[in-house]
Amino acid sequence: MSSFTVVNHPISRIDATTKVTGRAEFADDLAFDRMLYGQVLRAKYPHAKILELDTRKAEEAPGVAAVITYADISGAQAIGPVRPDMPIFVSTRTMYLGDAIAMVVAETPEIANRALDLIRVEYEELPTIFDVEEAVSEGALQLHKDYPGNIVNHYPLRKGNVEEGFKASDVILERTYTTQLIEHAYIEPEAAVAVPGSVDGNVTIYGSIQNPFTARRHVAQVLGVSLNRVRIIQCAMGGSFGGKDDVVSAVCARAAVAALKTGRPVKVVYTREESLIESYKRHPYVMKYKVGATRDGRLLAMEIYILADAGPYSSMTPFVTWRSVVQATGPYEVPNVKTDVYGVYTNNTYTGAMRGFGSPQIIFAQESLMDELAKELGMDPLEFRLKNAFKQGSVTASGQVLDEHTVSLMNVIKKATEAIGYSEKQRAYAKNKTARGKVRGVGFAASYRGVSLGAEGVDAAGALVSVQPDGSVYLHSGLAENGQGLKTIFSQIAAEELGCRFEDIVFMDTDTSVIPDSGATVASRSTTMGGSAVRDAAKKVREVLFGVAAELLNAPHEEITAAGGKMYVNEDPARCVDFRDVARAAYGKGQLMAALGWYQAPKVSWDEKTGQGKAYFTYVYGCQVAEVEVDCDTGQVKVLKVVAAHDVGRAINPATVEGQIYGGVTMGMGYGILEEVELQDGVTKTRNFDEYLIPTSMDVPEIVPIIVENPDSYGPYGAKTIGEPTCELLAPAIANAVYNACGKRIRRLPLDLERVLLGYSLRAARGKRGSEQA
Amino acid sequence: MKKAEPKHKRLISFTVNGDDIEVEISASDRLIDVLRNKLRLTGTKEGCGIGECGACTVLMDGAPVNSCLVPAFQAEGSVIETVEGLDASGKLHPLQEAFVEHTAIQCGYCTPGMLMSALALLREHPEPTREEITRAISGNLCRCTGYHQIIAAIEDASAKMKTTE
Repeated sequence: MSSFTVVNHPISRIDATTKVTGRAEFADDLAFDRMLYGQVLRAKYPHAKILELDTRKAEEAPGVAAVITYADISGAQAIGPVRPDMPIFVSTRTMYLGDAIAMVVAETPEIANRALDLIRVEYEELPTIFDVEEAVSEGALQLHKDYPGNIVNHYPLRKGNVEEGFKASDVILERTYTTQLIEHAYIEPEAAVAVPGSVDGNVTIYGSIQNPFTARRHVAQVLGVSLNRVRIIQCAMGGSFGGKDDVVSAVCARAAVAALKTGRPVKVVYTREESLIESYKRHPYVMKYKVGATRDGRLLAMEIYILADAGPYSSMTPFVTWRSVVQATGPYEVPNVKTDVYGVYTNNTYTGAMRGFGSPQIIFAQESLMDELAKELGMDPLEFRLKNAFKQGSVTASGQVLDEHTVSLMNVIKKATEAIGYSEKQRAYAKNKTARGKVRGVGFAASYRGVSLGAEGVDAAGALVSVQPDGSVYLHSGLAENGQGLKTIFSQIAAEELGCRFEDIVFMDTDTSVIPDSGATVASRSTTMGGSAVRDAAKKVREVLFGVAAELLNAPHEEITAAGGKMYVNEDPARCVDFRDVARAAYGKGQLMAALGWYQAPKVSWDEKTGQGKAYFTYVYGCQVAEVEVDCDTGQVKVLKVVAAHDVGRAINPATVEGQIYGGVTMGMGYGILEEVELQDGVTKTRNFDEYLIPTSMDVPEIVPIIVENPDSYGPYGAKTIGEPTCELLAPAIANAVYNACGKRIRRLPLDLERVLLGYSLRAARGKRGSEQA
Repeated sequence: MKKAEPKHKRLISFTVNGDDIEVEISASDRLIDVLRNKLRLTGTKEGCGIGECGACTVLMDGAPVNSCLVPAFQAEGSVIETVEGLDASGKLHPLQEAFVEHTAIQCGYCTPGMLMSALALLREHPEPTREEITRAISGNLCRCTGYHQIIAAIEDASAKMKTTE
């Protein structure tokens, strides 16, 4: 059993009671005296010149306090994590349907809503571009004059010599895979309240904010004030999955501008329809793969060309596509690689961060391709993968030697496939060919994934542990709870390290005025980065308390240990003193019982020209196997069972790790068979949950989580990551299972009824039905 | 969903979590608006406004309803139960306890509605099958949990409620 007291145990979530009683405060639950409500007017056309904007009538309407437009912004007109190209309000040109033109601020949401109709906008429609291949073609319309060819960014990766690799190959396969636009579909839509402060320029914002420091930076830029004039306090978050970043920064900025203009608190809450129209989504990818292998199944070369649809704004595209270029070959040894990944501007809804972050797309391609290549070689898909899979000391496509952590890929593949009986089932189902009725199939996908930001950017995080005179503890963190369980995990780490009781810890909502900027709660970096910072802070405080305990117990400092609310002498646990009494004594002696912890990620590197370098300081490995039933008469795919094996380094809380696996697998299933935001010429057609279908309880299969632990040398107690790897694998596993079931290879997500039955979608685009066929 | 213009006001009375309430409403008010904005019972959440996500589920005369689809005037004379009533005795309801124990919560936004659907089920079928549980919460969307721990929690609560009877 575990040698830990608090860590590595399935402790109940620290925020569970407030959430089951309805007392957890989400942004829309807040109310302030004299609060106003903002409602946003959005673009009528995805690409149009604004000839005239007249807000006078709306301003004069009874109950309207103000109408905010670009003209009210004194600081930056546009924001963006990499390139400030997304306007808070458009002034001259709309670039997609979600662009905000104005915001009415009124006494009630109803008044604000009605006043939207009084705003007069005169447009001149402009030519549009919705297709990435068209966007990068010669002579295409240029959306941003500074970015020729509509290229947001280009990442090349060169390893070995692909021409020679293909020459030496016995089998060469070329395939194109495409993925769709999908929505995060957090159940709580965007919401924030901005409250003007007592000093000019000060504003406090409460909101459903994934990354408080990002929101603060953007709001300060828009207001044209310094960072310390904007205070962000995160509310309980009703889900995010990467989605409450840029769009919520814009919501906060608009609310802040309105609050300062009116001198009153301003609340902005989106409806589901507004959320689906305005918020960024997961990038659709077009992926062309060429792969070469020897007759006996050794991969020799891969050439990969990827276009990622960014929409009109760069958002996280440069980071998302960077993860794609690193991981595009999958967890396999390929001596010769040539990869080019491009972010491409279009007039579709913009795309950004979403759980997986550039991995679900490429894994769909590469894991479908591995099955296709195995078939071409006449090999078993499992045997073929194991022949090429990363092992200890393997070299990645970017030239990184995997020798600083346990390379557990083979282990997770074996565990997952054996648990479902993959090999026997795969052979049996392959024989059972019928064109009618229901048939079963089994398929799997495997991945490696870089932990945290890698060479994407600055990677450091902080935490503050403050022990009170009675032994109770405050914990503050720069990384924020998104619903995933961060508060619980960090509190477990603090309790383990301090030796206090878990229930004596109170985790404070993230407040940018209290804790240093720790970057964003993204990239599954919280446990590794923030957890290490918590551990650092707790260790510092513990050292002080050990000194006091040593005096109380009359024993040498180095012989003191703490666990479960007691401090005791190592060799003689009966000689002990309660943690609370130590805190009281330390307080009495005037000792400092608070500390700021900080953790900086180990060094990584990247050469932008060659795509070579140590991309991430450590990696995780995962494998998911799906068993499906395909109805040959309707094209319906039903997922019956999923086994998901993930190496997490160390499970700080096995129950929340399992929760991540159940949830991530389910989200991955939605990506695989159900979900697609339908845009027709840039117009969002799927605007609510009646049309945008996410998995319900009736859709979820049996899910068997397998937690694999190989403690890492960097993360706290060896912990690595779990949030994102869980949702990047199921779509290709399902596609491979569908092939196994009925012999149909679907290279376009999602595997909905039409694509499975007909091989193409009947959805309209450019005014034509069944356009994929044409 | 855009809300219509409020025109007429009237008083309605109903029971919420055992308390008799009299409240002024507009013709366009929905039950969720009255609960959240007038009575400040903010445990009930809004996620879609069209009755698809179930975050706003409350019990109306014992039956689970999407409070975003119920015009407020229809609540006249009815008995409404919301998540705030579950631990009114000062002690967590067995369902709430089970959700805590089974880590059946992540972001928590769907949780109140999920609990109310589960409560309606257990009153009707104290010993539901797994299929009955799955069906009973199929109108409550959860994006975080994949439902497994929620279903396990409801099964466990059912068993515990039986032994304490």
